[in-house]
Amino acid sequence: MDFETVIGLEVHVELKTDTKIFCGCRTNFGAPPNTNVCPVCLGLPGTLPVLNERAVDLALKAAMALNCRINREAKFDRKNYFYPDLPKGYQISQYDQPIGEDGYIEIDLGGQRKRIGIVRVHLEEDAGKSMHAPDGTHTLVDYNRTGVPLIEIVSKPDIRSPEEARLYLEALKSIMEYCDISDCRMEEGSLRCDANISLRPVGQEAFGQKTELKNMNSFRNVQRALEYEADRQAQILRAGGTIEQETRRFDEATQTTVSMRSKEEAHDYRYFPEPDLVRLHIDEAWLARIRATLPELPLQKRDRYIRELGLPEYDAGVLTANRAVAEYYEQVVAAGADAKQASNWVMSDLLGYLNTTGQSIDEAKVRPAQLAGLIAEVGSGRISIKQARDVFKAMCETGKDAPVLIKEMGMEQISDESVLIPIIEDVIAKNPKSVEDYRNGKEKALGALVGQTMKATQGKANPAVVNKLILERIRP
Amino acid sequence: MKITHETVQHVAKLARLAVSEEEARQLAPQLDEIIGYAEQLQAVDLEGVEPTSHPLPLVNVLRKDEPRPSLPREEVLAGAPDHDGEQVRVPAVLEGYGE
Amino acid sequence: MSRWTVKETLASLQRRESKPSEWTKRALDRIREADQRIGAFLSVDEERALTAARQMDEVFEDGGAQAQGALFGVPYALKDNLCTRGLRTTAASRILENYIPPYSATVADKLAAAGGVLVGKTNLDEFAMGSSTENSAFQLTRNPYRLEAVPGGSSGGSAAAVAAGMVPFSLGSDTGGSIRQPAAFCGVVGLKPTYGRVSRYGLIAFASSLDQIGPFTQTVEDAALVMNIISGHDPLDSTSAPVEVEDFTADLAKGLAGLRIGIVRDIPQEGLDSQVREAVEKAVEAMRGAGAEVVEVELPHSQYAVATYYLIAPAEASSNLARYDGVRYGRRADADTLLELYERSRSEGFGLEVKRRIMIGTFALSSGYYDAYYRRAQQMRTLIRDDFNRAFERCDVIVMPTTPTPAFDIGAKTADPLQMYLNDIYTIPANLAGLPGISVPCGMSAEGLPIGLQMLAKAFDERTLLRAAHAYEQIRGDVIPAPVLEG
Repeated sequence: MDFETVIGLEVHVELKTDTKIFCGCRTNFGAPPNTNVCPVCLGLPGTLPVLNERAVDLALKAAMALNCRINREAKFDRKNYFYPDLPKGYQISQYDQPIGEDGYIEIDLGGQRKRIGIVRVHLEEDAGKSMHAPDGTHTLVDYNRTGVPLIEIVSKPDIRSPEEARLYLEALKSIMEYCDISDCRMEEGSLRCDANISLRPVGQEAFGQKTELKNMNSFRNVQRALEYEADRQAQILRAGGTIEQETRRFDEATQTTVSMRSKEEAHDYRYFPEPDLVRLHIDEAWLARIRATLPELPLQKRDRYIRELGLPEYDAGVLTANRAVAEYYEQVVAAGADAKQASNWVMSDLLGYLNTTGQSIDEAKVRPAQLAGLIAEVGSGRISIKQARDVFKAMCETGKDAPVLIKEMGMEQISDESVLIPIIEDVIAKNPKSVEDYRNGKEKALGALVGQTMKATQGKANPAVVNKLILERIRP
Repeated sequence: MKITHETVQHVAKLARLAVSEEEARQLAPQLDEIIGYAEQLQAVDLEGVEPTSHPLPLVNVLRKDEPRPSLPREEVLAGAPDHDGEQVRVPAVLEGYGE
Repeated sequence: MSRWTVKETLASLQRRESKPSEWTKRALDRIREADQRIGAFLSVDEERALTAARQMDEVFEDGGAQAQGALFGVPYALKDNLCTRGLRTTAASRILENYIPPYSATVADKLAAAGGVLVGKTNLDEFAMGSSTENSAFQLTRNPYRLEAVPGGSSGGSAAAVAAGMVPFSLGSDTGGSIRQPAAFCGVVGLKPTYGRVSRYGLIAFASSLDQIGPFTQTVEDAALVMNIISGHDPLDSTSAPVEVEDFTADLAKGLAGLRIGIVRDIPQEGLDSQVREAVEKAVEAMRGAGAEVVEVELPHSQYAVATYYLIAPAEASSNLARYDGVRYGRRADADTLLELYERSRSEGFGLEVKRRIMIGTFALSSGYYDAYYRRAQQMRTLIRDDFNRAFERCDVIVMPTTPTPAFDIGAKTADPLQMYLNDIYTIPANLAGLPGISVPCGMSAEGLPIGLQMLAKAFDERTLLRAAHAYEQIRGDVIPAPVLEG
């Protein structure tokens, strides 16, 4: 029997604020344990939350970027459960009136666009971090993360393969980065993903029994965990078994999913409106203010590069994957470079260089206008492409402009025919054998003449011009 | 809704209160009387009435994203029944417990 | 001075007939002498209070008293659910028996800035859940008028401390009547401000949408003086109203002429003591005689107020009290597993009434019952508020008894929680609607127990409320001081 995989993802994204969602503690990652905490985020008796405006702004921006309908009347609710890293015994979250609902993300499936629906985007506070002692004797709790603002993005069960799941996550991350909403660093926990997965016979409409997957700390692992889990479920179903509704953990060492076998008591979160916070009324002016900060999103940009700049799909995809790269590229083009030339330079030379040095594009010493200047030098024939690559490396290291380096490196190309003609005529006069060979049909002999000319000019002659001038003189 | 001692046990569990079987039998009639009294609301027609969760009609109370000092860690841990000098210590949390 | 007032204290200091430390000593002496019998205080910090007062003496001798704040040199007490930095704050619960907050409640900071001298923290029903202060985990508080009777609750300690002349004012908190009811039982003035008028920051929460902090004083004017200090918007409390602080004493002298006093035609009569009814009727007649216009109003949904309250308050409480889990602070029981740690710490740390309310609230919010219980209660809350809005179109102040009976005896109602709850029938509606209310003594029962007159006003109209209460107080004349004062 063939099965169709049905996947839904729940993604938590930490918002890029300076302070926590309900108090003035900092949100920086990596601070010593329990140093970014205060009476409010510790939930000390008598303390009260006050909402961080920037957290709401970023949540609104995310909801808009994910094409959600914004709830003009939003509110906060308490989600009640006990856990040592949850200081108040409840998490302030949003239940029935989240910031945004009913949106979608488009992913690119080999040139085809697919929409993955989004059920909701809601704002909530993060919990602290529990460190379980390896010997199982105790757990240590650090509350620094408690109260860091999060949005939870819940997808519809529209994802049909583990690969689609990865593409969805990549698209989501890219949107969050474009909008400067989150760092999306999975290794630091600023993006976390849980997955629901079930199988159903192809053609069947009803969903099968699902399992929930946790503990996947990279996009690659999300895909692997889902692949493993889809296989596992298919084997069980084919053998006539049934899937147990449970939470499973991805085990990186074995690349499998393992049942968490918790004594699963039925969750009853007893949501109710948070009485310590007032409602949010999001008016048109607020929406307009946020809308004005929305950048062109990755897929829109990609389409525009293909449509307006005539770039191949591949180039457009690579250049728009990261907002900083796209912005860099656009500045190179704006400084006058040819779109495709600029794309080649940015994709292979610049990104290649940054990749080997581990720099980010913002740290690159070659600024976009400088790269455009280098491209112009090649275009004008002042230097060869091969020379340009050397100049580029020097630019990367020194940050100097191309013309300066071309001079310094003594590689100014000679294209001036009045300079080249006497040299060429001298070379022809001294190499009658080569001229003879060429005239007798040995094409290779031309190369020898060009080579002599280059030698005579210490490699500075413009090869194209040299070629032309020699041919004019020796062609039978 | 009759509050039985089973209901009491279930609710106590949710609220992380240990209630003995005997306490549950004592509490059940008391809670039943109180919930029973509250059930007079069921007899009132409340169709279409908006719920009030706040006595004040305030909206959009927000603070700027500006840091304020945190507590020194000694003060954070001062009241903790058990800690290692940096973090609060509790008995081992079983995987998947709670959330 | 038969009754120790804020006003007289300030006046004496102003006339330089006394100095700050004398008043603090007076408070400490009185506590030492009377509190063994009354049990109003859970903790008294003599040294800290005296040090603060002596420092004030120095400033005072330099002649700078005026600049030092509107309550400079006046001793006071705080209900022990108001957090005080470095001072044990227990909410009268075993679970917080040794809890020392690292910060102070906004009201405590404001009173300190105004020059008040905190002498101690007063007893209450555990987490403010109760109407008699019998639910304190630590001690009983007795009514200064009759030691066998309760002082009311939950702010019984704060009410008794003022009634017994230990301090000229104290603060309490009122969630369903916890200031007004003990004020009535102890023969003092108790004011519950409009919800949002006084910051709740640092008040250990019972029911967040109902809790409000307010003063106990000997006179209405004193209540206005304290309100001038503790009111105002607080950026640390999202539910604190961005309303300017007014001078609450401004309208006190305006009298009753032109004021419309509303009496509630359909007020629930069941359980209303005839002496209380007569005392209130007499008070209304006296106000009419002093120029007030008396009109009848209706509050048809008030009969559901207790039922509504005993769903909403426990629901919020069940969540507010989830933080007491033995992990970060407070009492932790011996346990091998985390679940045991939670269940034992909470079961050993909370008293019976607190557990009862946590369970009611947990039930009301639990899956399958939310709509039938919690949501309906919130809808009823809307109707109760609407009733008041309509009533206040016809009058400026509504007058009714504070409690159905005078103070009952210790132990009389502990066996029957519902009977205890019904004692709050007249005070609860104001909390549900967020309105300001005051209890002013209006007579004595044949048994020598005080009776309280309750007045309610529109939201943020404390000035009119205080004006009416002050005017009534003038017609009424002196109240009989608590017998304990004479001992």
